[in-house]
Amino acid sequence: MSEVSLLGNMGDVLLAVLGGAIRVGTPFLFVSLGECLTEKSGRINLGLEGVLVLSAMAAFGGAYLSGSVWVGVWLGAVAGGLLAMLHGLLCSLPRVNDIATGIALMLLGAGLAFYLGKPLIQPQAPQIPSLELGAWSDSPQIQAALRINALFPIGVVLALVMAWAFANTRWGLIVRMAGDSSDAARALGYSVNAVRVWATTLGGFIAGLGGASLSLYYPGSWNEGLSSGQGLIAVALVIFARWRPVACLWAALLFGGAGALGPALQSVGVGWGYHLFNAMPYALTLLILIWTCSPKRSLQGAPMELGVTR
Amino acid sequence: MLLFKGAFGDAFSWQNTLQRAAPLMLTALCVAIPYRAGLMVIGGEGALVLGGLACAGLPYLFAPPAGWLGTALVLLASAAAGAAWIALAGVLRQYRGVNETIASLLMGYLAIGLFKHFVEGPMRDPESLNKPSTLPLMPEIQLGLIGDYDVHWGLVWGAVMCVLAGVWLYGSTHGFATRVVGGNARAARLVGLPSHRLVITACALGGAGAGLAGGIEVAAVHHSANASLIVGLGYTGILVSFVARHNPLAIVPVAILFGGFGAAGSLLQRRLDLPDASVLVLQGFAFVLILASDAWRGRLGDWWQVRAASRPLAAPAVAGAPLKQEGAA
Repeated sequence: MSEVSLLGNMGDVLLAVLGGAIRVGTPFLFVSLGECLTEKSGRINLGLEGVLVLSAMAAFGGAYLSGSVWVGVWLGAVAGGLLAMLHGLLCSLPRVNDIATGIALMLLGAGLAFYLGKPLIQPQAPQIPSLELGAWSDSPQIQAALRINALFPIGVVLALVMAWAFANTRWGLIVRMAGDSSDAARALGYSVNAVRVWATTLGGFIAGLGGASLSLYYPGSWNEGLSSGQGLIAVALVIFARWRPVACLWAALLFGGAGALGPALQSVGVGWGYHLFNAMPYALTLLILIWTCSPKRSLQGAPMELGVTR
Repeated sequence: MLLFKGAFGDAFSWQNTLQRAAPLMLTALCVAIPYRAGLMVIGGEGALVLGGLACAGLPYLFAPPAGWLGTALVLLASAAAGAAWIALAGVLRQYRGVNETIASLLMGYLAIGLFKHFVEGPMRDPESLNKPSTLPLMPEIQLGLIGDYDVHWGLVWGAVMCVLAGVWLYGSTHGFATRVVGGNARAARLVGLPSHRLVITACALGGAGAGLAGGIEVAAVHHSANASLIVGLGYTGILVSFVARHNPLAIVPVAILFGGFGAAGSLLQRRLDLPDASVLVLQGFAFVLILASDAWRGRLGDWWQVRAASRPLAAPAVAGAPLKQEGAA
């Protein structure tokens, strides 16, 4: 292979990874923002995997039946919110463990989605419009890479708003307080459970947008293998982002890009280690955890009430 | 009713149920044993997958002797792989302070990545065209069926391991020491227990269970390592362990119950013409209800509350937990 074509291939790979980062990363972005909100309030919702599948189905069904893609997106978000609310309410009962409940909800959400979504496997639904940010360029690769999901900018704004709200608003402070010291929250007269239920519900709502992006943009149809563990990955992603919404954005792009790297390399003829590239983000997260943790202090930015086994 | 019939109605459904229960018993151990040492490990899936890989991979290194010795060797390899994987999570927790729940979850994905890499790459059987698999295990070392029944010996392995774990936890000094560490790590260190070593041992034992589950699935059901191993048995094991209150002896009946859920699914599908997903819905609701029913346990009698109050708490941070619930009630 000559020098020039190798360089050209590298360029193609980079572009494909960039495009893939946004395309694959959009659901990651929403799910991780949802999980971030939930975890900030002091609970882990492993059920977001179920939320993602259920909301993808609901969004697809809504868009298909109503003919309007935005009705679908809305329906997906609401369905996600409702399932997450169930998690929030269940975990408010005494002695109910949030991790076990999350796994039960993962199964329930997937089951509901598969059950209700059976008739939706074949048809085509209207898709979320894409924004052509690459129209200035003649190169079809650049155009393809910059053709982005209309939900992506919403996610970016949401990340910024969440970061601002956590730092500057009363609500943000209450959520963080419930997550860092439930005693303090109680002492100030806030119901920790109510805060957590609302944070979990809203988190599910946001994650539902990610589900809508899965079924209505990329891959863009409803099938049962749509979310292969992306809701669980979000938990890793939030840790990687150290519970900061804006860092969630970069982490989602990184995870999305890593997911796109394998297929991109495959398309230029490098087939080796496809699955190892896919596993890179986890290895990276784990390494960062090992690097930054020490027995003497807990992970920076982690809500104090997290990881408490009840 | 049909659900019950499908799970426990006749000999055929019993066999189906028991076959599904075997790996669940072992993956549940991967949660229960570390839990007794104070750790919440949810990475059983990773240990299971690596266990399956080790089981299928050992014959690549050397030809194992035929007969029971070969079977024992491949199963030992799978248990060792799982044990090393989960023990690593324990090491990270004890020496680096990495949260073991998160670390084991991440390591689960790493394990699946490694598994797929080896199964579709270096260890791929060239004859497995549309479903990448490793070379099948020789029939001589596959795990056979018990007598004339359609139940493989994995069930016995699972039940025996659970009983052994129960005896170890509640009947031996070492098990007692492990429970002390789980109850209060600081107190354990004060009385001179090697808490690091005990915790890591507990993790390794749990991981060995999950690894063995993967090995048994390969040696008895699939006969080679391929993607049908990754069906979430590790995650269901977490639920089993929670429902069994992390008691190894209780895991056996609970795993059989959960196996019955899975087995009943196919009958419902055939008899009532329901889509297969309806079983998933049913399972989901059942699990949610089972977990939620925990909340009402305390109301059954005062003695439970007294016991709950006097139970040793895992860490100072947990001391807020019972308070919190009373405050909310």
